[in-house]
Amino acid sequence: MRSGFIALILPIALTFGVAAAAAEDAGHVKVSNGAAQIERAGQRLPAAVGQAVQQGDVVITGADGSVGITFRDNSLVSVGPDSVLSIDRFVFNSTTHQGNFDSSLKQGTLAVVSGKLAKQSPEAMKVKTPAAILGVRGTEFLVRTGPAKD
Amino acid sequence: MFVPARRKTDVRSASARSLVGLAPLALLLLAGCASRNDLYVLLPGQDGKIGALIVSSGGERRVLDQPYAAASVTSPGRVEGRATSEAEVRQAFGPALAAQPTRPVSFFLYFLADTDELTPDSKRVVGQIFAEIARRPAPEIVVIGHTDRVGAVAYNDALSLKRAEKVRDDLLKLAIPKVRISVAGRGEREPLVPTADEVSEPRNRRVEISVR
Repeated sequence: MRSGFIALILPIALTFGVAAAAAEDAGHVKVSNGAAQIERAGQRLPAAVGQAVQQGDVVITGADGSVGITFRDNSLVSVGPDSVLSIDRFVFNSTTHQGNFDSSLKQGTLAVVSGKLAKQSPEAMKVKTPAAILGVRGTEFLVRTGPAKD
Repeated sequence: MFVPARRKTDVRSASARSLVGLAPLALLLLAGCASRNDLYVLLPGQDGKIGALIVSSGGERRVLDQPYAAASVTSPGRVEGRATSEAEVRQAFGPALAAQPTRPVSFFLYFLADTDELTPDSKRVVGQIFAEIARRPAPEIVVIGHTDRVGAVAYNDALSLKRAEKVRDDLLKLAIPKVRISVAGRGEREPLVPTADEVSEPRNRRVEISVR
């Protein structure tokens, strides 16, 4: 089953080859469960395993959805069900490790393992919610945001 | 006569206590529809390192720097610190934690002196890299070149990238092109063995293969 799937995606990966890697994707989806989409320029794409994630994308999950993304700086970002995460800015210089990673969790749950950006500079990574701004000093953390239930 | 009087006192103090207990709830209700259920939690790092999370909300600021330290926010500016536990975190964040991608792993390749041939140890490492790729969904390789501190920073940036590109081409010959592969040159910025400037150090002239 699994090897069949790999055989299916390999030719696709091949055609991208080295040239595609040079394009500045912010990251790639590595885990996808249930209803999970990426909104890009008004369009909704399935957040399938292997899908590229770019600056400006919004990751959206349904009641049974979750998505895990590995970013170019090795930041690991995953969202749980009923979540909306906007990738506001992703800039990463692979030589100096300088840049910025700003995201906004509008609602839902988020788990983060920070990567090379946060390690290089304490100001590089920020997560916003409707109620707070989080600064990250090279670490792992969790965020839940949403209205209180009655 | 005496016994009922005492009972009466007990009843009064009990109702006073329950009123005090209700006070935070009343405050929550006053906050009305702006009331939020936000929770921010610092986790212990898997590598044993504890970082920090700085929570800023409506002019309030709280630094979380202990494992499972948390801040709850009920409205902007209303930040309360509290402790959580692994069990509580699993309960509240289970699906998000379960969806975390596998952590990237790095391998290092070394070459026989003055050749582009891998050392016998490094040939075994290539086998491990293949195994690592096979067990990951949508695998990617980043080939990262490093130099020692001989030469200028800009020179070493270019040299490290050249080394990374050479190894990438070698890996492509080994029929690895089935994954996304990119290169990076870190120059002399990330020495394995810290040295003074202009020190020749073979252990720092290396190529790192990051699989993620």
